[in-house]
Amino acid sequence: MTKNLNWTRKDLIAIEDLKIEELETIFSLTASFKQTLSRSQKKLPSLRGKTIVNLFLEPSTRTRVAFEIAAKRLSADVTTVTGNASSLLKGETLRDTAQTIQALNADMIVVRHKAAGSPYFLSRLLEMPVINAGDGAHEHPTQALLDCFTLREKLGDLTGRKVTILGDILFSRVARSNIWALKKLGVEVTLAGPSTLVPELFREFGVQVRHDLKSALDDADAVMLLRIQHERQTATHFPSIGEYTSMFGLNRMRASWLKPDAIIMHPGPINRGVEIDSDLADSDRSVILEQVTNGIATRMAVLYLCAHAAGMKPGNP
Amino acid sequence: MGKDIKKIESTELHKAIDRIAESIAVRHSDSATLSVVGIADGGISFAQALARRLADIFGKELPCGAVNTAFHRDDFGHNPIPKSFQRTDIPLNVEGAIVILADDVLFSGRTARAAMNEIFDMGRPERVELAVLCDRGNRCLPIHADYTGFVEDTTPEQQVEVVINIDDPSGDSIIIYEK
Repeated sequence: MTKNLNWTRKDLIAIEDLKIEELETIFSLTASFKQTLSRSQKKLPSLRGKTIVNLFLEPSTRTRVAFEIAAKRLSADVTTVTGNASSLLKGETLRDTAQTIQALNADMIVVRHKAAGSPYFLSRLLEMPVINAGDGAHEHPTQALLDCFTLREKLGDLTGRKVTILGDILFSRVARSNIWALKKLGVEVTLAGPSTLVPELFREFGVQVRHDLKSALDDADAVMLLRIQHERQTATHFPSIGEYTSMFGLNRMRASWLKPDAIIMHPGPINRGVEIDSDLADSDRSVILEQVTNGIATRMAVLYLCAHAAGMKPGNP
Repeated sequence: MGKDIKKIESTELHKAIDRIAESIAVRHSDSATLSVVGIADGGISFAQALARRLADIFGKELPCGAVNTAFHRDDFGHNPIPKSFQRTDIPLNVEGAIVILADDVLFSGRTARAAMNEIFDMGRPERVELAVLCDRGNRCLPIHADYTGFVEDTTPEQQVEVVINIDDPSGDSIIIYEK
């Protein structure tokens, strides 16, 4: 089936910025790249001769590795710089680090940073494409893209579907990116969790906010679980982990409130026995590992599109 | 559209497709591993018409698929993202297969080159042959068609538009015009 494409951005900073046509373009290419991952020859030549620097100034396993594999599948050379192995520890600013990377003739930069807005700042500063791999509690666009791609694979058209995001919404960039993406795709979004982590303020996104788990999960087509982000919390938002689990942890009984064919998602890393029971995380309803696999094809699509658009800038051959 | 230079009507166009199908059948009397793969987007309708004609000749359906060249093109970043995108879909194992690569127009040869690379990512066919409805010259690569419907002498600036409607061929045509 022929799909329409629409993409002119050199950077991917936030799902909030994207039009529905741009989301569809990414999904079309993601499906195509996913198909290439099962071929005998998995490497494509599109970014041959290009250098991509992954500047990861916060811990990451799956996002960093998925970006590395995605870049390598597109034949790019990849270098990863982490926070504890960079000159940022010696007092160099993000601006100087990024400009140094550009002066080293890198062609693209993938950034994860604890400060919201840092990828946007770099996209204004640098000529090369900047991809946001997570900035503070602002956005994690490629996670939302792979989540929505996975949802569409499982549920088809998402218009009118019900998705509940459960957990630490307040500190979650994954939640914010997913809210933007799901709303653009016509999903009815419910946010659930303790009132300290799911403030009423979130209703301004056009979503439902619920603190009663049964009403939040009732009749949902999918539930996205979020980890408690201790590293971003400066105050206690609930009495204890045990109490959080007893009130909001997903177990088999609570999962029965979902639609019978509903799926369970988690961006990882999972805290087994906290936000989800271990056997449920490994059950047939869980698509957690498929999300990880789809993360490679999604990032291939994003790298491909942004590199392509950057090549179109005036002055480039 | 600018001024028409030449128009090939449906009857003549489909006679050419018949000729190409007969030539393929003569060369490949055993159709067991034969398939037709159209180069997206323009070659897909031509591939379907060709596969339908080959099915009449062989008395059985042949696998017919599509190949997208986007990931192997040599003009990555030189031209805007194409407005439409048809995913590669080849309904057979290309390993050891005889693939008839079908495109509506053969011009520089770059698209056919990229299509071959895409196919080889999925395996090693025994043979790949190229069937084109209209060879308009102006080649930039050492690529030639094995089966050709029409050979037209065009300038690089002229446009060649092929219309094939697989369900209603009455309006099918090839039009060569000045941009």
